[in-house]
Amino acid sequence: MSDTHAESVAFVRESVIPPAPPPAKEAGAIRWMRENLFATWFNAILTLVALYLIWVLLSGVVPWIVNGTWQGSSLAECREILQGNGGGCFAVLRERWPQLLFGFQYPDYLRWRPVLAFFLLFVAVPPALFVMFLPRWTLIVTAIYPFLAYWLIWGGTILTPLFAALGVVAGYLAFSFTERRGFVLGLAAGVVTALAVWWIGGLLAGEFSRFLRLEAVVSRAMGGFMLNLVLGIVCVSLSLPIGILLALGRQSSLPVVKGFCVVFIEFVRGVPLITLLFVANVVLAFFLPPDANFDLILRVIIMITLFASAYIAEVIRGGLAALPKGQYEAADSLGLDYAQAMRLIILPQALKISIPGIVNVAVGLFKDTTLVSVISMFDLVGMIRGPILASTAWAGIYWELWAAACLMFFVVCYGISQYSQWLERQLQTDHR
Amino acid sequence: MTTLSDPPHADGFRLSLLVRDKRYRSYTFQAIALIALFVFFGWLASNAIRNPVLQQAGIDFGFLADPAGYDINQQPIPYTSQSSHLRASFIGAINTLIVAFLACVTATVFGVFAGVLRLSNNWIVGKLMALYVEMFRNIPVLIWILIIFTISANVLPQPSAFRGDDPEASPILGVAALTNRGFYLPRPYFTNGIGAVPDDVPADGGAPVAQEVASIANWLIVLAVFAASFLAVRGVNAWATKRQNATGRRPSTFWTNLGLWFVPIILTLLILGLRWEVPELRGFNFQGGILARNSLIALWFALSIYTGAFIAENVRAGILAISRGQTEAAAALGLRPGRVMSLVVLPQALRIIIPPLISQYLNITKNTSLAIAVGYMDLTGTLGGITLNQTGRALECVLLLMAFYLVFSLVISAVMNAYNASVALKER
Amino acid sequence: MAMTDTDTATPQMEISDEVAIEIRNMNKWYGTFHVLRDIDLTVHRGERIVICGPSGSGKSTLIRCINALEEHQRGSIVVDGTPLSSDLKNIDKIRSEVGMCFQHFNLFPHLTILENCTLAPIWVRKIPKREAEKTAMYFLEKVKIPDQANKYPGQLSGGQQQRVAIARSLCMRPRIMLFDEPTSALDPEMIKEVLDTMIQLAEEGMTMLCVTHEMGFARQVANRVIFMDDGQIVEQNEPEAFFKSPRNERTRLFLSQILGH
Ligand SMILES: Nc1ncnc2c1ncn2[C@@H]1O[C@H](COP(=O)(O)OP(=O)(O)OP(=O)(O)O)[C@@H](O)[C@H]1O
Ligand SMILES: [Mg+2]
Repeated sequence: MSDTHAESVAFVRESVIPPAPPPAKEAGAIRWMRENLFATWFNAILTLVALYLIWVLLSGVVPWIVNGTWQGSSLAECREILQGNGGGCFAVLRERWPQLLFGFQYPDYLRWRPVLAFFLLFVAVPPALFVMFLPRWTLIVTAIYPFLAYWLIWGGTILTPLFAALGVVAGYLAFSFTERRGFVLGLAAGVVTALAVWWIGGLLAGEFSRFLRLEAVVSRAMGGFMLNLVLGIVCVSLSLPIGILLALGRQSSLPVVKGFCVVFIEFVRGVPLITLLFVANVVLAFFLPPDANFDLILRVIIMITLFASAYIAEVIRGGLAALPKGQYEAADSLGLDYAQAMRLIILPQALKISIPGIVNVAVGLFKDTTLVSVISMFDLVGMIRGPILASTAWAGIYWELWAAACLMFFVVCYGISQYSQWLERQLQTDHR
Repeated sequence: MTTLSDPPHADGFRLSLLVRDKRYRSYTFQAIALIALFVFFGWLASNAIRNPVLQQAGIDFGFLADPAGYDINQQPIPYTSQSSHLRASFIGAINTLIVAFLACVTATVFGVFAGVLRLSNNWIVGKLMALYVEMFRNIPVLIWILIIFTISANVLPQPSAFRGDDPEASPILGVAALTNRGFYLPRPYFTNGIGAVPDDVPADGGAPVAQEVASIANWLIVLAVFAASFLAVRGVNAWATKRQNATGRRPSTFWTNLGLWFVPIILTLLILGLRWEVPELRGFNFQGGILARNSLIALWFALSIYTGAFIAENVRAGILAISRGQTEAAAALGLRPGRVMSLVVLPQALRIIIPPLISQYLNITKNTSLAIAVGYMDLTGTLGGITLNQTGRALECVLLLMAFYLVFSLVISAVMNAYNASVALKER
Repeated sequence: MAMTDTDTATPQMEISDEVAIEIRNMNKWYGTFHVLRDIDLTVHRGERIVICGPSGSGKSTLIRCINALEEHQRGSIVVDGTPLSSDLKNIDKIRSEVGMCFQHFNLFPHLTILENCTLAPIWVRKIPKREAEKTAMYFLEKVKIPDQANKYPGQLSGGQQQRVAIARSLCMRPRIMLFDEPTSALDPEMIKEVLDTMIQLAEEGMTMLCVTHEMGFARQVANRVIFMDDGQIVEQNEPEAFFKSPRNERTRLFLSQILGH
């Protein structure tokens, strides 16, 4: 083998050494355990502690699920069926499932509408989530969805959401026609057109309020997990554009604009969401026209949106700051004006970098929608704490309900954060 | 405008220049923005002026001096229902800070443990920590608070379960009882300190205020001794560094430091006559000791374990951010793993970890406002809760509430920015 | 690549009979992947060995095994009479004998250049700070950047950083230096300044093991060139012979790729 001699330096290998299997001291599984679980004595102790913990957890949870019952219409009946075998009383979930999902005021014969809206979500969201794989026109479905969902959940004539959508479309068209004559002009034209369409639409919808009408449901009737989802989705979508504007404002060189944005962002980020919900609950009404009726849900949406937009603004500011300075200079040297540079060059890149951060904010905000239960709205947490735990049939049951709540939130939040990680990897490979 | 040296248009000022010209443009925009702001706030103000409720009540902070008339179940400073709303709010603020402080400490401990363990090469521990992080990050903190509150109120035994010859439950080590009302813990007090109460007189004898002051003074002495120990240890370390610089050998400071930490404080406590008042079962309830109500326990524990999951991620990211090249280079220079950690990895990782850690502390502080869901009397529970409902002074109460959190956040952020600036790595 | 005139710069370097590194029948696996196969290599004191070979052939792994940054599974490595085993004392001893430079410098960004250079002498060699700083300045002068001593690594150019890395290793007064592609992350003019430093080091009689594709450097400085492929030493020879008449087919292919474009 060793034909290398230090004296005669020259050496040539004539035959190739084939790869050999590693020296196997033990069989695969035992070796793996030795390396990954019992490498040192400290590691071995850790392993044992971890195993003990897992055993404790499983020995509590497994019998609870396996022995659990879905029968019975009250805790007493449940206990009778279970005979103290340690099983869970999941009957409460079976019986109160609609309440957990929709709250206790949404008319039961109309529940098919939010259910339909929920399932349409799975058609509407993929085009936005997987832009890179689906044809761009599918985004239209996403764009239509909010208006459709509004109509399904709240009811009323279809003219309301229709004109709302028309206003947006008309505004956008007006903007893109006049934009060439200057961004500000375009913006003004767009806003004016949209407002005009909305105004006309409002009149028409009032006039023909029976046209293609679904039975209207008041906002107060919203509840359960549906309320969390509605608040989460609406507030995140609304806060995105506001957040972008705030981020740009904070970066701007105009002291008035910059100052306002800084004060707003720092103020909102400095106070807890609860205090903003208090504002929505008891203070905001002072500052709105006395005759207009903004119901609680709308006020809450306003405040949560403002809250979210401050956080999103900070994320986007991070994205803007992370862009190399060369990008700004390149945009300038191409002769683009501020609006064009931002829209065509800076923002697309900055938003791309910010996506993981935005998703984090979205997940956090979705979790924070449970706080509305503190101002006596009946979201999922509010339903459990209020009507269900206070009912005579189910007072004294808690593990099953909280486990259900945990599971529902976990599925949504974990799903979103996994998506964000996937997207992050996707974008990383894009860059190379 | 006259200061600008080269006007582009000799033919003078035209209105379109306000938008077209780079020099005027920014002023135009700012003027528009300012006007828009004024209009918006004017609109809000006019609504407020026209509001019938506000018209009647006006804005008046005088209610703060009125007697509060409600009870507070955790009183770090003396309080009766005759005390003013201001004092009630003050107690609420202290309670906020108490739970925030406790939660910050334990969240850091949880987070550092979980973050480091998740990086360990022990497969099962790594997976377990990943489970912990994912589970707690993805479920709202309010749900955690309520779950822990429900558990402690329903699963733990009643105080009466500790009664009898063959009780169903017994205190941990005979001194701490975990009941469904909260945790009864031993209370430390001094028999020899300033204003000491002799052993045989019950703790609530004597003038309450004087006793309060004396007790605070005693604890301040203990704190001062701690501070002195800390300074002494730093002095010893500085001396060791100096010796090392001079001779190359670093004298061992382990035992000296250990002694400096413990001997003075133990002596002080002995001299002051530290005793523990152990909670005792009298009738159906425990007497004496400290009662940490389960609202406090639930809030504290839930915030720690929830935020701990986020801190774990920060810690993990911070350590992972130090490239393997750094540890390898240090190892190749002959540094032992412990030194590699303390001289190369930690100084770099801490710069990365500390800023998000501080913002997690801020999150904890803001999340303590969820106390209102379990009836812990923090600032949100007193000022934003009962005081607001009793007086109906919504605007004033919410304003004060926001101001408190805002000032706190801004101060901490200012400190953090200063820190960041001071440790930033120098780059070209 | 710029090089000083070969005739005048040919170093007069002595190779003693003393063995610096002795590798016998060494094998290493990453999982089931056989990275290093039956490596045999004897390095005498004062030798300058250049290792080259295609990417993924295991050059870095070989170098890192010598410094115990990687564990080998079979065979033996003896450095300066100390066998490399799992005994921490031996590893410490070997690491303080052997200096190493990395492709990406791996300077400590939170310490100044001077602190980078004095860290190990102070904590490992237990040298008084003043003295360690004097040594550091001596070596920083040698690599021609004494005026940067109080700057941070982030403020230096790549070539300067690599020279600091060399100085940092030298401060430990190693008897053997390992280089893992020290110039491959650098621009051409920086490559020259780093290579000049290495040549100077070689002239002073340092035992060097250097992974590099700088063939000019190999011709000028090395007394032996080793070609690796597929985790094995395929050919080794004196530079003249190695470059003029490579005998193995794979060596020829590799040289034609790297030299002839
Ligand atoms: N930590 C590791 N785990 C598994 N495989 C590894 C690891 N490090 C290196 N390898 C593999 O071992 C082989 C040899 O790697 P090595 O870095 O030694 O190559 P190299 O000759 O230095 O290549 P290059 O010229 O690109 O630096 C490669 O195929 C590489 O993929
Ligand atoms: Mg390599």
